[in-house]
This record gives sequence, structure tokens and C-alpha cells, in this order.
Amino acid sequence: MSAERRVPKIVSSRWDVKNGHTLDVYLQTGGYQGLERALSMTPEQVHDEVKAATIQGRGGAGFPAGAKWGLIAPGNYPRYLVINGDESEPGTYKDRVIIERDPHLLLEGVLITAYAIRAEQAFIYIRGEMPFAHERMIQAVNDAYRAGYVGRNVLGKPWGVEVVVHWGAGAYIVGEETALIESLEGNRGMPRLKPPYFPAAKGLYMQPTVVNNVETMANIPWIVSNGGAAFAALGNETSNGTRLFALSGHVNKPGVYEVELGVTTFRDLVEKPEYGAGVRSGHALKAFIPGGASAPWFYEEHLDLPLSAKEVGDAGSMLGSGAVVIMDETTDAVRAAWRVVMFFAKESCGKCTPCREGTTWLRRIYERILSGAGRPEDIELLLDVADNISPGLAWPPRQTTICPLGPSAASPIASSIRRFRHEYEAYVTGATRPADDLVLTGADPT
Amino acid sequence: MARFTPENVKIAEAIVARYPRKRSATIPLCHLAQEQDGYLADDAMEHVAELVGATPAEVRGVATFYEMFKLHPVGKYLVGVCTNISCMLLGGEELLQHCSKSLGVKPGGTTDDGMFTLEETECLAACTEAPMLQVNYRYFHRIDHDGFDRLVDELRQGGRADEVPPHGTLSRVRQVIPEERAFGVLPVEAARGADRPARAGEPEPAK
Repeated sequence: MSAERRVPKIVSSRWDVKNGHTLDVYLQTGGYQGLERALSMTPEQVHDEVKAATIQGRGGAGFPAGAKWGLIAPGNYPRYLVINGDESEPGTYKDRVIIERDPHLLLEGVLITAYAIRAEQAFIYIRGEMPFAHERMIQAVNDAYRAGYVGRNVLGKPWGVEVVVHWGAGAYIVGEETALIESLEGNRGMPRLKPPYFPAAKGLYMQPTVVNNVETMANIPWIVSNGGAAFAALGNETSNGTRLFALSGHVNKPGVYEVELGVTTFRDLVEKPEYGAGVRSGHALKAFIPGGASAPWFYEEHLDLPLSAKEVGDAGSMLGSGAVVIMDETTDAVRAAWRVVMFFAKESCGKCTPCREGTTWLRRIYERILSGAGRPEDIELLLDVADNISPGLAWPPRQTTICPLGPSAASPIASSIRRFRHEYEAYVTGATRPADDLVLTGADPT
Repeated sequence: MARFTPENVKIAEAIVARYPRKRSATIPLCHLAQEQDGYLADDAMEHVAELVGATPAEVRGVATFYEMFKLHPVGKYLVGVCTNISCMLLGGEELLQHCSKSLGVKPGGTTDDGMFTLEETECLAACTEAPMLQVNYRYFHRIDHDGFDRLVDELRQGGRADEVPPHGTLSRVRQVIPEERAFGVLPVEAARGADRPARAGEPEPAK
């Protein structure tokens, strides 16, 4: 626990290395040694190392990768590996950095995983709005093919895999793993019902499929090179390893920082000079989002919580996608909540009624309040509609829907009304005046 | 506007061949069509349908789900301003207002000269670089109002062509799988069984 303990940079070691994205520099800095080691082991041994590491998925849901691989049904081929690079949770900015600055690290993780799960083929699904990331990733894959790291007889061994870089086209919901699979099959990106469509059983083309996040994959080469036990030695009992956090909003030094889980606290992240260097100068913290737009908000009293799944979960929120958004006292809580709710309303795929109708009505009620036409009963109405999407407004959220998108919209509403009800009341009584045309820039023209 | 050119048909066929099922190429081919024409035209969608073995209605049904596919022509430059939470906190809404006044169009609109279409977008994964915008999905981090006006001037005068290709062009690097290195893509049905099918150079799976 001592501050002197050296914590390795597992996924961000090449970010500041000149040309760290190229194959040459990757090889000069230890690249593809994990793959080499993996191919000298059996797939089961590789899997065992990842299980021993207990790396929780870095996409948002936090399901351990080793356990996820273990869910795959035996004796049913082909199996597929799908990488989720459809990063779009508001506040989340880490997978794009990995892909742009260290694409070979991701690719190496993909290759090791494909070997471990005996995948027939691997697909790297990258969000469409990130063409630079595509260029970096595709260049890396092209170079790796030519150099013998991908394709047939990888590193001269009797093993191969085809890796395909795939495009998204603008849909947040596709970050949900079954929706991602639908999209990869060439369909509208709507989630599938689980059960029966757990990807490990009936995934891509109805075959067993592992879907893993970009950052999760970027940890795999280190785990294989250094051993699962070395990874598990980082962090605390419930959260192993290091993790990327995108710190944004009202801080002096916003940025994407790799920190050790479990021992680092939110306060470290926000205040330490090497990270956020404090809330925006001259201002005080009002609230912060600890893990992406879907996460319930935290406040001053939560700053000393460690970045750890259990502690954060027990306190009523989640580390989610590693997006920490700081709001200082100048923030209008109603407007901030509206922005997040509007996001979910726009991004609802429309499959489930509570989400499709609920988020749309929530948005309209917010716009009524913000435009100065709100009624006192609108505050309870917001809670009532949110409760119909996520009964009880509890944490973890209960769902009336196939996927968690709709229930996620309830988080900012419940959080902001519980803590800042007076700001809502000020709007509906006319004490707070709407900021003219600025407020409703995002209002739906229909 | 158009079906694929012969050159693009070749690219499209190479993309289709990378998937165990042709339909998986639907989104990549829609992007290719948009790269060719600047938007996703009706007959381009028909051509995509032929290449992936779908009906034109199915391709349209897919395309309309995704924000990036424009079924009508847009400006040469698509300006997307993020107003989601991290950007909102640092002036994203004000930036959008400024862009709107400066270009003389509301979000969703296109300037009379056909150069710029303005959009309000959701989070674009540059949250630590707020406020930010994209032009044809190229990032402009921590941009202020004057910076935006200068950018628009440059683009109007034909500047930054290397940095910002015309709307529809995404990656300018295409995936190439050299034939001698290809592992081979099996259709799902051909790969189906109790074991992973062996390929050239691989031992038969142990029983």
C-alpha cells in the first residue's frame, strides 16, 4: 500500500513513446512477446493465467474476462471473438486513446485471446466516428499480417486466425454486446433477449462468441508475459490491476490516467498534481459522475472511496466505463441531468416500450421545466416515469427492459432530484429563469 | 447518385470476402458508398443489397438506424459539435450556438453554398479535450469560437485537405490481407462441428 510501490503502466506505456503506434517501435519495446509466450503454452494454460489475474471487463459491466471465456460451450465450433471498440458512453475516452496510440497492444491481446478460446475468427468493431483510430488500427493489422503475427502460421507456429477491422456507424446502443453482434451481422443494432442469446452460447451467427472491451484486451499481453498472479497482486480484493480513467469537466488537468485500482481514491484522481490537480481553480466540487453517464452521481463525501468495484457499488454507484466527470458549484444540476437524459432518449433503439416512451417523455418534461413552463408536480412526475423504467430507482438498477439503457436514464434523475431538489423547485416556481435560447439547443425539432 | 464504380466493386468484394456471412459487410459497404458519393444514395443501397445478398429495403432499414448514414446530400464538410455532459460543462452549448450564428444555419441545416452542414452530436470520446467538435469526423480539440471561424475560413479556401477529406471518407487506409498470409475465412456452416477445423500447416485437432 505504500506510495513508493512501483505500479506498472500496463496499457499506457507507449503513449508518450515517439511512433509507439508503429510495428517497429512496438517490437523494440517488448511487443508481441506475450503472444510468443502464449503460443508456447496450451490454450487452456493461457486461459488459466487470465482467470488467475481476475481482470474485470473494462467496458462497463465489469464481468471478469477469464470467467467470460469459460462460459463458452464446449464442442461447438466455430467460435468467434468480437472486440467492442464502440466507445460512446458520455464522459468515456480511453479505448480511442489505446487504439490510436498503441494499436499493436490491442492486436496482441486479440491474438492471444483468439488462441486461448480457439476462435475461428476475430473482429475488431471500432466506432464509426473515429476514422483516425481506424487508420491506426488497420495500418497495424496490415503490418502485422505482413510480418507474420496475424493470418496463417503465426510466428511460424501451426496456428492462425483471421482478424478483421469492422466499422460502426453511429449508435450508442451498439456498445451493448448483443446489439454489437446484431450490428456485426449487418442488422439494426438492437439488443437481443438474454436468455437465450447469451453470446457465449448463441452469439455471432448463433455461434459461441466472446465479446471483450478494447482496454480489457490491452491488458492481456501483460498478464500473459508477467503471469496472472502478478496482475492480481495489483489492486485490492475485488478490483485487480490498473485501469484507465478519463477525468473530465471542471478540473485543472483533465486527462486519461492509468492508476492502480483499489488503492487509488477519487480524491487522488481529482486532486493529485500528476492527475487532475484539483477542481477548477477558485471553485468547489458540487457533484461528480464516477463511472459514465449511466452511473448515479457522487459528492464530496465520496471522494475518499477507493477506485474499487465493491466499495463504489456499496456506496450506490459504479466505476462503469472509467469516466469521471467533475461538476463544480457553477453547474446547473437540472441542465446537467437533462443533457444526460436527452442522450439516452436519443440513443434508445426503440425496442422496449418503457425505454422508448419513458426516456422520450422524461426529456420532454425536462424541456418543459427548463423552458420555464414547468409545473410543481413535474418533479414527482420525473421520478414516477423513471420508476416505471427502473422500478424502485434502486442500485443496482432493476430493469423492465432487455438492456440497461433505459434504466441508465434514471440515474441522473434520481441523483439530481435527491440532492438538488431545490434547483428543480427554483425552475418550476420561476425563481430560476431559463437561459434564453441557449438552454434548448438540443431540443427535438419534431 | 450512383452504383459502385468498377474500382469500388472490387474493394466491396474484398470486404465481403472477409466475413463468414456476406450480410456482415452491410455497414462497411454503406460507408464505401458514402465515401464514393458523399451520401448514401438509393441506387447505391440497391447495389449494396446485391453485393451482400439482401433486399434494398433491408439495407435501407439498416442504414436508417445509424446516425452516420446520410440518405440525402449534405455539405462537403459535416461539422459535429458535442454538447454532452463533459463538453456542456466547458462551453459546448455556447460553441454550438456560435457555430450556428457563424455559419448562418441551425443544427441540421446546410449552408447555401453547400460547404457546411452543422450537427449537434452526442459524446465523441474526447471528453478531456472539451469543448470539441469534428469536421467529417476529424477531431478538433479544445476549440474556441475564433478557432472555429479560422477553421471555417481555411476549409472554405480549400485548406487542410490532407487533414479533412470530403464527407464520407473515413479510414484512408484499407485493410489488406496478403494472399500468402491469409488464414482463410470459412462460411459459418463450413466451419461448424465439434472441433475447430484445421487449416494448411495446422495439425488435426487432438481427439
